[in-house]
Amino acid sequence: MAGTGNAHLRPDDQALLRVEDLVVEFPLGRGKKVHAVSGISLDVLPGETLGLVGESGCGKSTTARAIMSLPRPTSGSVTFDGLCLTELDGEALRRTRTQLQMIFQDPISSLNPTRKVSDIVREGLTIWGRRGSGDSDDQVNSVLESVGLDPAVVGDRRPQQFSGGQCQRICIARALLLDPKVLICDEPVSALDVSVQAQILNLLQDMKERYGLTLVFIAHDLAVVKNVSDRVCVMYLGKICEVAPPDALYEAPYHPYTHALLVSIPQPDPRIPITSEALQGDLPSPVDPPSGCRFRTRCSRAQDRCVVEEPEIREVDTGRFVACHFPLEPGEVPVTWIPGPVTEGTG
Amino acid sequence: MADTQTLHSGLAGDKAPLLEVEGLKTYFRTNRGILKAVDGISFTIDAGKTLGIVGESGSGKSVTVRSIMNLLPPAVTINAGGSVLHKGQSIRSLGKAQAKHFWGVEMAMIFQDPMTSLNPVMRIGRQISAGLRFHLGLSRREARQRSLELLDVVGVPEAERRLDEYPHQLSGGMRQRVTIAIALACQPGLLIADEPTTALDVTVQKQILDLLGHLQEEQGMGMILITHDLGVVAGRTEEVAVMYAGRIVEFADTQTLFADMRHPYTEALFESIPKIEHPSHTRLRAIAGRPPDLVDPPGHCAFAARCRHAQPRCLEEAPQLRHSDDPGHSFACYFPVGTPEGEEALAVNIARGATSAGLLLGDYDAKVVG
Amino acid sequence: MEASDSHPPQGAMALGGRAVRLGRHVANHNAVILLLPVGLGIILIGAVDSSLSDQLRWLLALVGWAAAFLGFRAIGRLKWGNGFEPGLWLAIGWVAIVVLAAVFADFLPLAEALDTVKALTEPSRKRPELFSRHPLGTDNQGLDILGGVIYGARISLQVSLLAVTVGILVGGIAGTVAGYFRGIPDIIFGFITDSLLAFPPLVLLLAVVAAINPTVWTISLALALLGIPTMGRLARANTLTFAQREFVLAARSLGASRRRVIFWELIPNVFRPLLSYAFLIVAVLIVAEASLSFLNVGISRPTPTWGNMIAAGEGKVKEHPHMVFIPGIVMFVTVYSINRIGDAARRRWDPREASL
Repeated sequence: MAGTGNAHLRPDDQALLRVEDLVVEFPLGRGKKVHAVSGISLDVLPGETLGLVGESGCGKSTTARAIMSLPRPTSGSVTFDGLCLTELDGEALRRTRTQLQMIFQDPISSLNPTRKVSDIVREGLTIWGRRGSGDSDDQVNSVLESVGLDPAVVGDRRPQQFSGGQCQRICIARALLLDPKVLICDEPVSALDVSVQAQILNLLQDMKERYGLTLVFIAHDLAVVKNVSDRVCVMYLGKICEVAPPDALYEAPYHPYTHALLVSIPQPDPRIPITSEALQGDLPSPVDPPSGCRFRTRCSRAQDRCVVEEPEIREVDTGRFVACHFPLEPGEVPVTWIPGPVTEGTG
Repeated sequence: MADTQTLHSGLAGDKAPLLEVEGLKTYFRTNRGILKAVDGISFTIDAGKTLGIVGESGSGKSVTVRSIMNLLPPAVTINAGGSVLHKGQSIRSLGKAQAKHFWGVEMAMIFQDPMTSLNPVMRIGRQISAGLRFHLGLSRREARQRSLELLDVVGVPEAERRLDEYPHQLSGGMRQRVTIAIALACQPGLLIADEPTTALDVTVQKQILDLLGHLQEEQGMGMILITHDLGVVAGRTEEVAVMYAGRIVEFADTQTLFADMRHPYTEALFESIPKIEHPSHTRLRAIAGRPPDLVDPPGHCAFAARCRHAQPRCLEEAPQLRHSDDPGHSFACYFPVGTPEGEEALAVNIARGATSAGLLLGDYDAKVVG
Repeated sequence: MEASDSHPPQGAMALGGRAVRLGRHVANHNAVILLLPVGLGIILIGAVDSSLSDQLRWLLALVGWAAAFLGFRAIGRLKWGNGFEPGLWLAIGWVAIVVLAAVFADFLPLAEALDTVKALTEPSRKRPELFSRHPLGTDNQGLDILGGVIYGARISLQVSLLAVTVGILVGGIAGTVAGYFRGIPDIIFGFITDSLLAFPPLVLLLAVVAAINPTVWTISLALALLGIPTMGRLARANTLTFAQREFVLAARSLGASRRRVIFWELIPNVFRPLLSYAFLIVAVLIVAEASLSFLNVGISRPTPTWGNMIAAGEGKVKEHPHMVFIPGIVMFVTVYSINRIGDAARRRWDPREASL
């Protein structure tokens, strides 16, 4: 399992957002550190949706916040549209940051309970002094409408009066008002009910098309990530395991961890037998991660080499990158689901 | 007037079922009025069988089992009706002395968030042995020995060390295993698992669900598995009850439910989940709107406002559970999916562009016929 | 919930049973409203008629108050539903009366309460007699007690409100800054508040007052020293909670500077629970000020405060109880009312108790 390695990055001039060798560590006192992210590289092309998937403790949320420099990463570079965010400071950083917006997991906690919805959505304009212009109201109303809320009804209310799904729509409206280029979605639907999840996912897709956004979508639910992404990165304990297009990734994973994730997904089809293989053991502590490949303590294929040498990301097939000394062969893994026919509504 | 029927799969033996719930109604007193959280639920569980209850927040699934287990705050809860029978005997009328050794011994429950269901200031060993010493009267040494065995059974490594640790020193998966050990300490006949894996990662979820299935087989327990995830019930339950707005809207054995969904809510729920086998960027069919307000429930079908099949009749009276030719499969709908009435209702609505409840249907909703 | 009517059984038990049924019936009937004027009438009789014995007058007062309270509650429930809390509204009413009286004291038709020279002609240690020139009696210098209580209220309110305001502003902002930035500001803040809180409060006050001349302003600032660490700690704790919430992160990502985040995002949320605790602190400070003046280290005679009025009557409690009990009761009821209001405010605004 690597993290080190930039083999999967695309040429410099193409990417809108490029992260190289990102490291985020939190001091714990007594000389210990939490190695939340240990050398991640990513890039996102304009108009692409990059999916970042992994379980809790893998560092995906930390990566998202580090991209926005909230707080600034320990080391590594984040380049957005030619500007190096990690080198900016003060007002220049704050101004550039407005082009990358973020929506969070807990929609209700993301809204200031003492403010009215219209003021919350307008906040971006207020901060940058563009509030005075008469059409700030129009802008607020139009963005609220585009996320499916009636500005006359919701504008004067406080967040407590709304459900999780509606709050998430308000958050999306707030993020879109400043016309960002990149929208980072940190587990935007995990806290929502199943039926509301679909509404918000569809909404994000619509907003992406309408506003020409580039998305970074972070989640722990693989089916959700597959549904929205053009490219998927699988993370484990602060490192990247595998990068691939979603369909290929799910049909034939190369990394044992990806495979373990896939077999663990509960399939809503009782005909599919539940495999006996499951990922054993517990996540190692990020304070003291395993040497070499961080996944080796739970990997059934681990050998001596995995203990001493950390695998680098390398290309194993067109567009397929994996960080593993002994990746799975395509076809080695039994197919664990019965592919259904393509149903209505593909788009 | 009985507005429910006892649902029984027909797999019963000749002895009384393990748990029989009939017409359960639980209401809450709130500032705004009476909230009808559970409004007439009936089901039966036999020993060794698993029932899955599927529903979203507000469906009443958690309130149902907490009502059965008598865990709701008495000041605001109204037990508005219904009976709960355990092996033929009413739980509600248990005397104090009987109740003392009933809860935890005959029936036990595990909850969603293992961090809050364990006492953070008490060591693990003491939490497990508390029940053993109270119900079974074991001595401290015997209880500790038995606790070690239990931790082994649930798969906690280094059990000896763990007994003296505190919950925050364990990971989420380990903590959930500990809660299972506590629940199983007195070998209950029925285990209720209320969203046991929702707060856990997917790999840990599989471990825990596998463990529960394995233990259930080994000990011949009955189990109620509550979740919002249709994937969890498929393959791990024998029967499934789908709940919406405090009622069961569909009940069937698992194979039948997935193969032959009848209630529009079940179908809509199923279709709104992204599936692994679908290619990326598949458009999801979301359910429009939100669940109804249970303080002032509509007198008609609770799902009508969001249902693509809605017809005028749905806005007049609430449909009761009835079954088709398969007595094990019941649903509460006048125009179910996959029936001539249902297809016709849908076609009418699509042609009109809106349902009788005013829900707009776009051409996205038009099903491919044939 | 009407009691079911069985055919009337005989005997004393039957009588008792019927009385209970009648009582229940009445209690749930809207006729209870009538108890309010009835109760008020009883109170009036007991207060005015001096021909009745003392015990009877106290009994009438008790019964009258109880009846009036029940009647008041019935009216409130009728008009505003079952959530009506008569105690809360009575508390608000009392505090309103006290505040208004204190503010407009100079315009009230009171007998002399401030100037001992002018009071030389007044009878001293006179017992309270409603509708006379001295409704609540006089003290040992002839100064009117009703006037003294009202002017004392003015002092108490001035001192406690000033101290609380300084406490909230200074403590609140210091606590918010400490909680948001952590690090060195937090360490300094912790050191200062721990030191201030380590002093026994009364000793701290005595020390401060010994050093400076006790006037309303100086006493207020000294009491503020008590309020600052408590408010500061509260503000810091709330800031720690709110700073974790994603809306703060969202504001940063929209380009808000740290200063804007503190003033626009955090402080409105942090100050709400502070303001609700302010009521409780006001109550505490009123008692603190009274303690100081009781010990003769606060504001001293002839300026009346509740504390020094109690102190003045201390020696002769048996013969002239009114000199001690009247200011005492007024203080008790006022402090209780403020606490009651503070509880209700806290329930509404404290983020841990309010459902968000």
